Amino acid sequence: MIPRPFEYHAPTALPEVIALLGQYGDEAKLLAGGHSLLPMMKLRFAGPGHLIDLRKVAELKGIALVGGEIHIGAMTTENELIFSTLLAKHLPLLAEVARQIADPQVRYKGTLGGDISHGDPGNDHPAVMMAMDATFVLAGAHGERLVKASEFFHGLYDTALTPGEVMTQIRLPLPPAGTGSSYAKLKRKTGDYATAAAAAVVQVKNSVCVQARIALTNVGPTALLAGDAAASLVGKTIDEAAIGHAAALAMKICDPTPDLRGDEAYKTAMAGQMVERALRTAAARCAI
Amino acid sequence: MSKKTIVNFKLNGASTDVMVEPRELLIHTLRDKLSITGPHIGCETSHCGACTVDIDGASVKSCTVLTVQCEGSELLTIEGFAKGGVLHPLQEGFTQEHGLQCGFCTPGMITRAYRLLQENPSPTEEDIRFWMAGNLCRCTGYQNIVKAIQYAAAKMRGETVTTSHPLMAELSA
Repeated sequence: MIPRPFEYHAPTALPEVIALLGQYGDEAKLLAGGHSLLPMMKLRFAGPGHLIDLRKVAELKGIALVGGEIHIGAMTTENELIFSTLLAKHLPLLAEVARQIADPQVRYKGTLGGDISHGDPGNDHPAVMMAMDATFVLAGAHGERLVKASEFFHGLYDTALTPGEVMTQIRLPLPPAGTGSSYAKLKRKTGDYATAAAAAVVQVKNSVCVQARIALTNVGPTALLAGDAAASLVGKTIDEAAIGHAAALAMKICDPTPDLRGDEAYKTAMAGQMVERALRTAAARCAI
Repeated sequence: MSKKTIVNFKLNGASTDVMVEPRELLIHTLRDKLSITGPHIGCETSHCGACTVDIDGASVKSCTVLTVQCEGSELLTIEGFAKGGVLHPLQEGFTQEHGLQCGFCTPGMITRAYRLLQENPSPTEEDIRFWMAGNLCRCTGYQNIVKAIQYAAAKMRGETVTTSHPLMAELSA
């Protein structure tokens, strides 16, 4: 399994990346960790004429607290998310998710920006980004533009990124006091994509839910923001009845593709279960 | 056809130049051009971990990395473990604890375990099982692999080690 021939570029700065994208247009693909793209190229599902490796672009790395936000360079790896003390303190959900992605070797290479930009509904970060209300920085010849996670994913492998653009940074607001979060993922084995998974972020004040966001992985053409399910919790105590009702609402928006992981009914039912688990854990973590 | 380029990296301590097409995967360069046949081709789909090598302090599946991505890198493969005819503690551990049967997965297992012990010199059994999850073994059921890594970890911490395997204990008695 060897990819089709291509020309390889290893720019060292962002302006070079953008110039190369401008020069080669949709003949070019960006190479981040390569653990989605290279397998696709080996299977000849993808055959870019030009491969632009981002590994030497220093400005795409790093995790920083900037004002009320955490800024993460798009080329930050899953293992860097897992081992970050800054994230452990402020956004522990990110490490929790990263630990459930692929396997150790893949996590040394796989990147946050790559996982998001690929547009694969089986990837885990998109739903988490929606639930955390992330904003993505997309750079191109036009300069920079910001796109919300909830508006980024258009369809299967289809995102807001245009051929001349590169995702440079992921921005996440610091959660207010009383916020709890969780990611519940059902997978058949280490390294597998989710049969179904759910991210939940809830904020509780005086035992009442004041804010909630829920998003689902791998039960539709993109990650899905379960708006009705989340709204159903606001103003209520997050008890078993409220959790069950929210899960039922989340199941209504599921539109999974049947495969070896299960048929539509099974995957939808599992999405409901994952919403319940994520909500139970998130609610238990709300204590200030 | 895309142009071949020369890639330079350090391989088990030695500066190495190879001429490759950009599409050449590292596992093929290692096995076919450099006679480094310790890393094995198992699944070719980044699942099994038999092709694991260490690149710049990271365990990487060499079937899913291009050789051109390794320009300027430091590579370590199983061939770089034994020094002066003395086995590395991990190699000794896999021997003493019977951490292998057919041996196909072993170079990848040891190379991965090496990086794990660099990052965490005293892993619990649970840590080992979690952080070794990218390597598949179809023979052993993993129990002896876990013991082999625990043996090596103890030896690398300077502790006195003895095999827990009854047959090996008999042999050394």
